[in-house]
Amino acid sequence: MANTEVKGNSAVRGILGWFKKTFDAKYWDSLKFSLYCITHPLDGFWDLTHEKRGTYAAANTILFITVLVRLLNLKYTSFVIQTVYWEDLNIWLYIASILFPLALFVIGNWATTTLFDGKGKLGQVYIGTCYALTPYPLMQVPLMILSNGLTTNEAQFYTVLSVLSLVWCGLLLIAGMGQIHEFGGAKNILFLIFSLFAMLVMVFILMLFFSMITQGIGYFYSLYREFMFRA
Amino acid sequence: MMKKPLKLQIKRIGAILAAAAIGILSVPMYTDAMEHRSYTYIYDYWGDVQDTPDVYEVYKVFTSSELGLDVRFNNPSGLYAHDDKVYVVDTGNNRIVAFVKDEKLGLVQDSVIDSVRFAPGPSTFSGPTDMAISDDGNIFIADKGNNRIIKMDANCNYLMQFDLPVDSALSADTIFLPNKVVVDTAERVYCISDGINKGLLKYEADGTFAGFIGATKAPYDLWDYIWKKFATQEQIDRMTVAVPTEYSNIYMDYEGFIYASVPVSDAQALDDLKVDSVRRLNLLGNNILVNNGEWLNCGDIYWGSAGGYSGPSCFSDVTAFENDIYVCLDKNRGRLFGYDDQGRMVFAFGGNGNMDGYFRRPIAIEHMGYDLLVLDQADCSITYFVLSDFGQNIFNAIDQFDRGEYEASGESWEKVLAADGNYDLAYIGIGRSLLRQKRYKEAMTYFELKYDDDNYSKAFKEYRKEWVQSHLFITVGILLLIFLVPLGIEKYRNMQIEIATSDVFRFPDPEDNMTRAEIREYHKKQRQEFREREKAKKEARKLAKMGSNR
Repeated sequence: MANTEVKGNSAVRGILGWFKKTFDAKYWDSLKFSLYCITHPLDGFWDLTHEKRGTYAAANTILFITVLVRLLNLKYTSFVIQTVYWEDLNIWLYIASILFPLALFVIGNWATTTLFDGKGKLGQVYIGTCYALTPYPLMQVPLMILSNGLTTNEAQFYTVLSVLSLVWCGLLLIAGMGQIHEFGGAKNILFLIFSLFAMLVMVFILMLFFSMITQGIGYFYSLYREFMFRA
Repeated sequence: MMKKPLKLQIKRIGAILAAAAIGILSVPMYTDAMEHRSYTYIYDYWGDVQDTPDVYEVYKVFTSSELGLDVRFNNPSGLYAHDDKVYVVDTGNNRIVAFVKDEKLGLVQDSVIDSVRFAPGPSTFSGPTDMAISDDGNIFIADKGNNRIIKMDANCNYLMQFDLPVDSALSADTIFLPNKVVVDTAERVYCISDGINKGLLKYEADGTFAGFIGATKAPYDLWDYIWKKFATQEQIDRMTVAVPTEYSNIYMDYEGFIYASVPVSDAQALDDLKVDSVRRLNLLGNNILVNNGEWLNCGDIYWGSAGGYSGPSCFSDVTAFENDIYVCLDKNRGRLFGYDDQGRMVFAFGGNGNMDGYFRRPIAIEHMGYDLLVLDQADCSITYFVLSDFGQNIFNAIDQFDRGEYEASGESWEKVLAADGNYDLAYIGIGRSLLRQKRYKEAMTYFELKYDDDNYSKAFKEYRKEWVQSHLFITVGILLLIFLVPLGIEKYRNMQIEIATSDVFRFPDPEDNMTRAEIREYHKKQRQEFREREKAKKEARKLAKMGSNR
């Protein structure tokens, strides 16, 4: 009896040791700090960069969990709330539809603010944005479970809470960007709008770029075909 | 309702993108990807075409020669079925030919109505377009060329006639061109007149005009309005004038409500829910047609321009069975669309062509029992459809459900499902039958398979209630846990703090190396001191209280 206890303890210790080695205390602290951030946004996001409380590892984790929760939502949210046309779903495109706008926002925000005294570095903007996503998985996972116990009449509860989680994320993003760049309220909002425009410009340029590339490849390909045909 | 046009548009956008992709690749492509393959099909939850076995089969196509007519049909435009008789309004020959349903031969010529006796006006008809028969056996004929609706008895004796009403809403140069006519049990007459777009003309039984009912709304467009503010008169004249569409045909159902079909040509108005393809009018002229299906009851929900036909389905007639399934006739692509009382598609079949079961210009549809008759104006033929075994099972299931035979209905739907696993209504039908049998869990699985959230919610609500009742102990336990666990944690934390801060449980310094007896003695002393302190505190509180009272 005693023997097994010791064994169990050693096993637990082994696992814990592995965890500690793999994820150091800094990682756990920074991950836990996201919970402080979402409840004390101004203070939290200030410390996130200025006191170096946030880490890339934690930011990546939050982003990964967010994407994961979005994917799980497709399968495990009740069909009363949402139906998924699986035949048309491309999982990579779906993931890209989250990551691509996020990347655009991070780059767009950094690119515009850095020209106007924004104190945030690109990495800090990324960390801040990821930390602002924290409420999404936090609220969506319980909602996902709750949705399976709802009827159409009660679906309103789900909708309200779901929207709330997004609004929370949005407010955190606004607060976070303000703190990271050390901007005041009006300037912060203005530059968030600028960021949106920057995103649009980037999308436009990307589209232009890709269509040019396609045209270019098409030109050389037809040239090659013509050449082979004549030769 | 809101998600319908959105879904419709998504589909449309998908189709446009696909078309654009095809255009870019410049691959000549003649087959429309959306075009169905089988004769009969339905739209499933996602709006995808699902091929189904034939619900209706062609019994026979009756042309003039097969019906044994001396004079061939010429441009027939009206069809009317009454009891076991079918009347074809042969517009070009100014006559009405009656046929009797015969078990062996199908339709056999019965009589010809080509004149009315003792009429004050002309005794013959001039381009009659439609007719109706009242419960008393009186015949009403829309005599379009003579600008009148004739009412006569079964022996063709003139009774009365309905003319252009005197109404301030009509301009002076309006001509009365009665096109379609129906009559209710009290012999009130409703008619569509060409060129009058204010709705149906309603006459009382004594011939007095009772007003217009059921006018379709004119599609209103804010953008058009703004544009007109800036456009020149010339430009305005060139713009298409938005007028309310006229009904193409009407049908009086067994309950006395009027089904009216609308020939929709504007796809955008359909998307914006500004027009209805088919309406069911009550006595006040309001549309009471239930439209709970996933998709609009507008016939085809997306349309390419394959085969020379473009635009949405254009209904030329509608008929309704006694089980509230109504069938619309699309003259654009020659298809028949059946919808149930909830507006969900039961079947769609047909097409343009020369084969049996295909049409060239279908103009009117009627039914005898559950048989369907379609009049083709260009072909001058009547196509007689009968239910297939598959269709019979569907109709049985619906009828049995209406009669309250839920288990039998479920069994009929099972037969349908055995023949066609893609038939959505079968799943929902089985689910509804199980729901009535209080087998909620099974019903839920069937509803979930076909995304019927309303019925699922009904079943789930009952199932949840049952579950909570049978698992009362667990439910109460869980509820208690939800409240007690946080409370307990709070309590535990407080206790820990108390322990940590209280002197009673403070252990002696291990460096003192006390014996057990000494430790006991130490704790005893600590407890003694603690009690005294507490006593002192209590006393102090008492004094303070007394002090405050004073």
